[in-house]
Amino acid sequence: MTYLLRDVSTMTVRGLRLVSRDLDAMITAVVLPVIILLMFVLVFGGAMDTGTGYINYVTPGVILLAAGFGAASTAAAVEHDMSSGMVERLRSMPVTAWTVLSGHVAASLVKNLVTTAIVFGVSILMGFRPEASALEWLAAVGMILLFVGWITWLAALVGVLVRSPEAAGGFSFFVMFLPYVSSAFVPVDTLPGWLRGFAEHQPVTPVIETVRGLLAGDAAGGADPVGAAVLAVVWCLGLGLLFAVAAGLAFRARR
Amino acid sequence: MAAIVTAEGLHKSFARRGSMSPPVLDKLDLELEEGSVLALLGPNGAGKTTTVRILSTLLRPDAGRATVAGFDVVRDARRVREIISLTGQQVAVDDKLSGTENLTMMGHLAHLPRRVVRGRVAELLTAFDLADAAHRQVGTWSGGMRRRLDLAAGLLTRPRVMFLDEPTTGLDPRSRQALWDVVRGVVEQGTSVFLTTQYLEEADRLAQRVALVDGGRVVAEGTPAQLKREVGDAGVELTFASASDAGQVAPAVAATADGARVRVPTDGSVAHVRSVLSVVEATGVTPDHWEVRAPTLDDVFLALTGHVGQEHSARPAGVAA
Ligand SMILES: Nc1ncnc2c1ncn2[C@@H]1O[C@H](COP(=O)(O)OP(=O)(O)O)[C@@H](O)[C@H]1O
Ligand SMILES: [Mg+2]
Repeated sequence: MTYLLRDVSTMTVRGLRLVSRDLDAMITAVVLPVIILLMFVLVFGGAMDTGTGYINYVTPGVILLAAGFGAASTAAAVEHDMSSGMVERLRSMPVTAWTVLSGHVAASLVKNLVTTAIVFGVSILMGFRPEASALEWLAAVGMILLFVGWITWLAALVGVLVRSPEAAGGFSFFVMFLPYVSSAFVPVDTLPGWLRGFAEHQPVTPVIETVRGLLAGDAAGGADPVGAAVLAVVWCLGLGLLFAVAAGLAFRARR
Repeated sequence: MAAIVTAEGLHKSFARRGSMSPPVLDKLDLELEEGSVLALLGPNGAGKTTTVRILSTLLRPDAGRATVAGFDVVRDARRVREIISLTGQQVAVDDKLSGTENLTMMGHLAHLPRRVVRGRVAELLTAFDLADAAHRQVGTWSGGMRRRLDLAAGLLTRPRVMFLDEPTTGLDPRSRQALWDVVRGVVEQGTSVFLTTQYLEEADRLAQRVALVDGGRVVAEGTPAQLKREVGDAGVELTFASASDAGQVAPAVAATADGARVRVPTDGSVAHVRSVLSVVEATGVTPDHWEVRAPTLDDVFLALTGHVGQEHSARPAGVAA
């Protein structure tokens, strides 16, 4: 048990070092979301009628999109460990080998915290005016991290299952797709009926509504802020637990 | 001396139900004497990596039994892991970490007491001649240096048995030599080494006993001296215009022809080589070409089993198992 904690902390340090030294992934994680933010605000901003300044509306969505990019690089890192001999070596040692996964997940959380701070910073420079108290800020960031958590455990599962770096990279398509079909960039009621059904019942929408509500005083018009928050937390914890257990089992099963 | 690693009747097949492909390991028996080096010598696809993976608890055999220091590799896997180290066919180090960071991480994962990690890491970096580069990211190191670090990572805990899967494949001759020195040092410190290789020379330099594997079986076993007695330190290799010419000459020099080739074991002395060539000349058949060559793995197989080891190339290129 004491060794388990030590293994987790060793693997977390490793994950953080690998992430902070992977320049390509770092640029993807930071520059891409900023570009997307600029694009949404400058290109689409004029056309959108969301009730408040579009930047207030879209900033949380861009942050969740960034979580998707980050997850794709987590999948690639896990795949690399599985195929490069690192996991083979760990399995021949008395360590709890799956902690290699938790190391990548922890690193992903920290990386996304940095990305989130930068996107908020740029967004504020561009006119984003959140009206949140310190406590609301904390809750919003916590909500974002819960979201990053489940999506990263899903990425870890993908990394364990796939057999090539390309397949791990393909994962980013899926996670990019989710925020687009939610209230992240456009109000749900502007979507065609069948897409709206999906958008209203997928995890990104309540997470977005919650973060938006906390930061901008629910200016976008969510009907039931507490309900959305509970739903968001349940979604994220549920999926996080599901994918963490699945990743652990798949890790044990793969030989 | 007692055996520290034993394998009896190991059997392993990756075939799906109904497929006809032969087993990867077929009743494989082995023994490694404590304090010595055993080389598993065989061509690509012979089953070397599969054997190492079973002995190091990564893979369960379908049948048969293996022990390390008396512990069963399946039932007592945890105990086995505490006393072995595995350096796999692929170098398993993090390119983005420095040498020091890599070893320190492995020291923690091996559950060394925290206060001894730093000293042990420095000691190994110096012993393996990596101290000067230790602070640089390993991605910038040469192949030989990375391989030495890979070995060092397995030695932090002073394991009783070290498994080395083709440690010098792909290394230049100088790095290979350096690695051999490292392995000899490890053995001097009391660690038993289980080595796989495709190079006869490597088995000869490092091992006290050599097991020749082919098609998942041990086809010959002995000391390097015994093997070499059969094969010769070197061989006079004669290439003829046709297989029938070769077949005509072979009996005269007490050898068997391999296609249009005939190989006669020799100690390499002028007197012996001259006598071989005189006998060949007396047959009246002239070779197209001849040379004196160190024996290769193929020569060993030919001499000991009467056929050349099979290269199994079922694996897709670029994927090392
Ligand atoms: N996980 C696996 N699944 C299917 N086939 C495998 C697997 N591992 C090894 N093999 C096959 O087993 C044979 C022996 O492989 P291996 O033990 O790696 O040989 P060596 O290390 O001597 O080159 C090869 O034909 C290889 O393709
Ligand atoms: Mg191999």
